[in-house]
Amino acid sequence: MAMRLSDEEQAMRDGAHGPAVAKAVDLLIRYGEALGAEDFVYTDNIAGVPGSSPKWVKDYYADDGGDYRAVFSRFDLDSDDVVDVPRINGFSCHLQGGMDPELWREQGMTEQAFANFRSDEQEVSAHGIQVLKTCTPYLAGNVPVMGEHCAWMESSAVVFCNSVIGGRTNCEGRESTSAAMLAKRIPNWGFHIDAFRKGQHLIEVETPVHSIFEWGLLGYYTGGAVEDAIPVLDGAIADPALIKHKHFGAAAASSGGVEMYHMVGITPEAPSVETALGGSLRGERFTYGARERRETYERLNSVGESRAVDYVMLGCPHYSADQLADAARMLEGRKVHENSALWIFTSRAVKSTAEASGSADIIRKAGAKLMTDTCSAISQAVPTGTRVAAFDSAKQTHYLPAIMGIEGWFGTTQECIDAACTGRWDGRLN
Amino acid sequence: MATVATRPADTLLRGRKVVGGVAEGEALVTHETISGWGGVNPMKGEIIETRHELRGQSFAGKILVFPGAKGSSGWSAMFHTTRLTGMAPIGMLYNITTTKAALGAVVMRIPTMTDFDSDPLRQIETGDWVRIDADNGTVSVWKGGRPLSEGI
Repeated sequence: MAMRLSDEEQAMRDGAHGPAVAKAVDLLIRYGEALGAEDFVYTDNIAGVPGSSPKWVKDYYADDGGDYRAVFSRFDLDSDDVVDVPRINGFSCHLQGGMDPELWREQGMTEQAFANFRSDEQEVSAHGIQVLKTCTPYLAGNVPVMGEHCAWMESSAVVFCNSVIGGRTNCEGRESTSAAMLAKRIPNWGFHIDAFRKGQHLIEVETPVHSIFEWGLLGYYTGGAVEDAIPVLDGAIADPALIKHKHFGAAAASSGGVEMYHMVGITPEAPSVETALGGSLRGERFTYGARERRETYERLNSVGESRAVDYVMLGCPHYSADQLADAARMLEGRKVHENSALWIFTSRAVKSTAEASGSADIIRKAGAKLMTDTCSAISQAVPTGTRVAAFDSAKQTHYLPAIMGIEGWFGTTQECIDAACTGRWDGRLN
Repeated sequence: MATVATRPADTLLRGRKVVGGVAEGEALVTHETISGWGGVNPMKGEIIETRHELRGQSFAGKILVFPGAKGSSGWSAMFHTTRLTGMAPIGMLYNITTTKAALGAVVMRIPTMTDFDSDPLRQIETGDWVRIDADNGTVSVWKGGRPLSEGI
């Protein structure tokens, strides 16, 4: 079924705003029709990874010029022609990138890869796109408001935007966000529509969930239980905080495909079970008790065998200022073990806060590295020779061992920092 | 690739076009959702997700039949990359519409369908021969592999 276009959208498609906008609208129409969307919504809050690419992708488009413009045209806009990409008018930001802008050598990156990274970043800023370089834009200068239509990538940011803030975004991809930066439109489908945002399944939480570790376990369980559906969680969930939502949502988005969740009495669109469900329960009823908690823990730790930990990675999703302060407190007066390494990831914005507050200094004095922009999974960068890693993030435990072919442990932040300082994994479920 | 089958299809499904066109080939079927970024190796077109039933198998050149997409928003870019490496599937059939799978299908530019009158995961097994005619909204299935063509 053909999408209904406004006069302005029709004009954009016909080239009134230049060829790049026309290509962007063409892609968004193909995408909207693939979804079954009837029309577009206007958006002026777009988060993606516009035009950034490793060198080999540029080389692939060598016949088209092999540069940022070629990649943006051919890959991001899925255009057969190369077009000039104009400066973006509106609020667009760049999410996480491929390496730390200073510690890239430690991450094993080559001079050539760094030059490519820097050149892409110059193009991004020259196109008027905010360089946030983080998976947590809501901690670095882009906080949507309730009801705001957004077009965001990054599953952990999407689930945060929908669930915690009440902003409206689908889990967009690279091509749709890059196109939306030019067209300021996104298909009016999914989470932009009221009825779509109602919960399908109910999870009754019987085991007390209060710490960030417990929120993460519950999130990983939730994704496994409901897959890509919208869960309504009710029961023994306590002490909500931004970092706990961040951890919960990232875990649920990686074990399943959760893009929105409701917690009764906690999230903004869930004043009651009935409101969150939009009536009576359509789907299944799950119970999260002691058994489910233990099974989830064991599932996450099934990729761990050797207890000799040579790498501890924290900061997935990127650590907040309070998490960096906590890590600094746990590290103060200690040293990272000679057989191990500790890398902590955050955004440039939060890092500058940690510099001002002193926690960055404490982290470095302990022998840990504070890195920005990326994470081990995104950059596929781990310390040389890493065989066994440990994480306080269910999401990173889900991804990194699979990507790098290494073993992995999941536990609390304290257990991870202890492992970094002793070289031994001693985590357990209490 | 227009095979003239010597026998009619064993099963015919009707559904909605996601991306138009005709594709024909061997099915690779999974009853588990697929993660794109972090779940596939785009250089080999291979599923790498820990504990996935297709782990270690390649979808390159196959008709991928799966419930839907999950995981990272890098799904479309990862599958888009398989188009660059020549390791993309040649068609897709899925049940659950997500932005990830829809956008992935669009940028891979491969015939894709969804919203079927009968569940393809029940009707199609790995190794079956499948012809997608997305513009006409039909999927033909030959059980057990490619039917002999005329002249062979």
